[in-house]
Amino acid sequence: MKHKLHLDRVHLLAQLKQMLRIRRFEEKCAELYGQEKIRGFLHLYIGEEAIAVGVMSALSAKDNIVATYREHGHALARGLSMKSILAEMYGRTNGCSRGRGGSMHLFDKNHNFYGGNAIVGGGLPLAAGLAMANKNQDKQALTVCFFGEGAVAEGEFHEAMNLAVLWKLPVLFVCENNRYAMGTALALSESETNIAKKASSYGMAAEQVDGMNVVDVEAASIKAVEQIRQTNKPYFLECQSYRFRGHSSFDGQLYRDKAEVKLWQEKGPVIRLITWLKENNHLEDEELSNIEAEIKAEIQAAIDFAEQGQWEPISDLAKDVYSPPASSTNTSHATNKSQGEQL
Amino acid sequence: MSEQVLTYREALRAGIEQALLDDERVFLMGEDVGRYGGCYGVSKGLFERYGAKRIIDTPLCESGFVGVGVGAALGGMRPIIEVMTVNFSLLAMDQIVNSAATLRHMSGGQLNVPLVIRMACGAGLQLAAQHSHSWENFYAHIPGLKVLSPATHNDARHMLIQALADPDPVIIFEHVMLLNTSGEVLEQSEASMEKALIRQQGTDVSLITYGGSLGKALAAAKQLKDLNISAEVVDLRCLRPLDTKTIIASVTKTHRAIIIDEAWLTGSLAGEISAIIMEQAFWHLDAPVKRLCTAEVPIPYPSHLEQAALPQVEQIVTAAQAIMAAR
Ligand SMILES: Cc1ncc(C[n+]2csc(CCOP(=O)(O)OP(=O)(O)O)c2C)c(N)n1
Repeated sequence: MKHKLHLDRVHLLAQLKQMLRIRRFEEKCAELYGQEKIRGFLHLYIGEEAIAVGVMSALSAKDNIVATYREHGHALARGLSMKSILAEMYGRTNGCSRGRGGSMHLFDKNHNFYGGNAIVGGGLPLAAGLAMANKNQDKQALTVCFFGEGAVAEGEFHEAMNLAVLWKLPVLFVCENNRYAMGTALALSESETNIAKKASSYGMAAEQVDGMNVVDVEAASIKAVEQIRQTNKPYFLECQSYRFRGHSSFDGQLYRDKAEVKLWQEKGPVIRLITWLKENNHLEDEELSNIEAEIKAEIQAAIDFAEQGQWEPISDLAKDVYSPPASSTNTSHATNKSQGEQL
Repeated sequence: MSEQVLTYREALRAGIEQALLDDERVFLMGEDVGRYGGCYGVSKGLFERYGAKRIIDTPLCESGFVGVGVGAALGGMRPIIEVMTVNFSLLAMDQIVNSAATLRHMSGGQLNVPLVIRMACGAGLQLAAQHSHSWENFYAHIPGLKVLSPATHNDARHMLIQALADPDPVIIFEHVMLLNTSGEVLEQSEASMEKALIRQQGTDVSLITYGGSLGKALAAAKQLKDLNISAEVVDLRCLRPLDTKTIIASVTKTHRAIIIDEAWLTGSLAGEISAIIMEQAFWHLDAPVKRLCTAEVPIPYPSHLEQAALPQVEQIVTAAQAIMAAR
């Protein structure tokens, strides 16, 4: 279960492809939102792809993931199919949450992907609880909790930090510091803007990582994961990053200037890796266009899948509010899904 | 220039602006109310005009900044606190229920908390199970609080000023589906904030409602007219204290009542109002009271299911026909 950092070409190309899948998928999502295929809120991860991709590659299938409403990238990098994610955003029954959750609430038990929490800070105590269950039942798994720097101001953040350290829980906290919580800049929300420092005051290992560099994120994650598995104690990564798009679908971005956005875009995780690979003769233009073509085909297949998905009948409105009676076992989710995937 | 047409959002903003101009002790505080202009754009432009001391952007910490609001009110200021939506107000509920609502009583009447808390509420934007609820009833349950539900543009414009004039904590619910709609705004409120208003006179059945459902009740009343049913529409406006007198007077006249409430049926305000009618107007009723509420399910994401969960105009019409036929 021990992961090693591979700096070989094949692995870096795989990481590039993962980041590009997220990037192109979300660009298409923005388009589909404009066409009203996707509704509600749509929070794009564009600019932050290196974090999800870097962290996920350090995990095993048994580990648990807790994310926020900005979780398309995490779901993709974790291995949920693009089809089931897009179908969810369409609100169809072949979506990963069977259409009930939408963009902000992607879930997949088979991937130990525990959402999709749209209450800022809400995932943190929950992640500590999953970690407690893993530890007390000797499951040899850890829990990764992703959240934005805005959540650091919430009481639930501090309660979760304290409990995780106090009870020695195997959690990896990943703060995605993209510098803004909606329109509120970090300096306007934190008394101490070094978030890793804040976390370390609870007595846990904490460090800042360049969240625009997928290799750095992966290396830091491997180290963190190893340490958590050895010690059963929490670990904190502050990944410094930037959100290239608005907070959600309705954001005029009056709170930051275009020059700042441009500056960060130039250091973006995708462009950076491509440039490095090319400069070192590890990537041919043709390879890149092949990757792009594969992704394009995957996106088209996801759209077809989502378009063919069913609307849940209104007669089922009150379904899944409570668990079914003990006698009927809960296998329907898995069956529905595999049937759906074959469409 | 006695009347004006404004969007609900503009009417709210005009109310806040008047409050800021009228009283130096007033300030607006909440997440993204300043530089961002408010999560639903209500306070857009105010930061630029009134500055960072009176339009205060807070970090994400609902319990913290609502509690600070309670303290500032105790200390002699007149805070308007914006909690983005009722969904996030749950994180501040302790400060609202255990402090704001109780301080006057616990101190034997020495202290009072002149605080106004505004929050968006309601479903209809496909925001799913953590962003769509109507929990006015949670707060309407609490002695020590007053709860307002401006359903018209005029109330959106003037209720804030009425709330600020009150010495005790007042919560104002702003339904998200109203924000973009336009309507008439008068120079002043039509009534005190605690009074229910008859928005449509009728003689056959009382449609009792508030907030985002008022428009649905009025639309239903219009359709019912074509069916020769004369519906009276009661806009509660204030959910705590309830204007029992107006409710009873209407039901005493029409002898039938349908309550339309976007909350879940169980434990809803509709249940409370139904009990009030039973206690005070039982012998005037020609049919059992009917409640139309949201289906007992967290609001689902897809539009067809979200809409199916909510009370709709057709249901009101059908219920009114059924209640007229019952005898
Ligand atoms: C408790 C709570 N308060 C407010 C909101 C509204 N809201 C949603 S996302 C957000 C900003 C969060 O910023 P951050 O944690 O930095 O994450 P990011 O969106 O930048 O990824 C806000 C204020 C919410 N969903 N939950």
